[in-house]
Amino acid sequence: MRIALLILLSAYMSIGYCIDNGPAFEDKQLQARYETIIAEVRCLVCQNQSIKSSNVFLAVDLRNEIKRLLSVGKTDKEIANYLVDRYGEFVLYRPRFSGGRIFLWLAPAFFLLIGLFMMIKIIRTKISQPSNFHNG
Amino acid sequence: MTKFIPIIIFTIMLPIFFVGLSRNKSELPSPLIGKTIPSFSLPSLLDPSITIDQKSINGKFVLFNVWATWCVGCREEHKFLMDLSQRKEITIIGLNWRDNRADALNWLVNLGNPYEISIEDKMGRTAIDWGVYGAPETFLINSNGIIIHKHLGPLSEEDWNGDFKPLIMAKQR
Repeated sequence: MRIALLILLSAYMSIGYCIDNGPAFEDKQLQARYETIIAEVRCLVCQNQSIKSSNVFLAVDLRNEIKRLLSVGKTDKEIANYLVDRYGEFVLYRPRFSGGRIFLWLAPAFFLLIGLFMMIKIIRTKISQPSNFHNG
Repeated sequence: MTKFIPIIIFTIMLPIFFVGLSRNKSELPSPLIGKTIPSFSLPSLLDPSITIDQKSINGKFVLFNVWATWCVGCREEHKFLMDLSQRKEITIIGLNWRDNRADALNWLVNLGNPYEISIEDKMGRTAIDWGVYGAPETFLINSNGIIIHKHLGPLSEEDWNGDFKPLIMAKQR
């Protein structure tokens, strides 16, 4: 009984994992681009999944739409713009390097610089301060 | 001076986190607000031989309601939509999204039809153009065919009076 259930469950799981039935494109390069794009598009219904790993019908529809756009020769950038125009910046996992989002990209380096600056400053003041302790 | 830097950073970060963390992440602002409605060409739900496009939305304030029979929230808001259509306050257009035609027609016959125009989007292409990611969703369109508000989830009397009506009043003056 238990084994039967296990087999049934694993069969069910294998259904759950096959999202697309076979590759979307014959062309290897197009297929690679397709897979990269769909891994970086957020599924808005199930927010912490990409549309690559979700099977809700909106994710299926968006995958089909991206397939269509790729097959008519749209560039990756055009496809990203297409999605953002409809769903907003949030739909992309990797924010684009423009507008206010530049702050997002530069913030880590900026904070690192502040940290370094403070560290140097503290060390300098510590060195220049005469020690309060008598040596020996 | 150096002593105060952490305090300064803290006071800067505090409001940023406060705003960021208190935002409801499931309610995304639509980039379509302030833009002209996307064009479409779809069959009428009631009579598939008739094609409906964006021109049928022009010239007056319109509610564009995305619904489906599989959607629980749509059943919840249906009574309010019936009320609203009976009061004749605004034209309501329904986009039946990714649904079964027979089920949708049954729904309209049994529960009532609040829609002046019903459109069928079986493949979900138009819904993508409108940035729909759940149902129900309701758009308010002004007389120039521009989307001025989007409501996510079931529409209620409070939403109507609080969010929609003031926008309609302001633009009509």
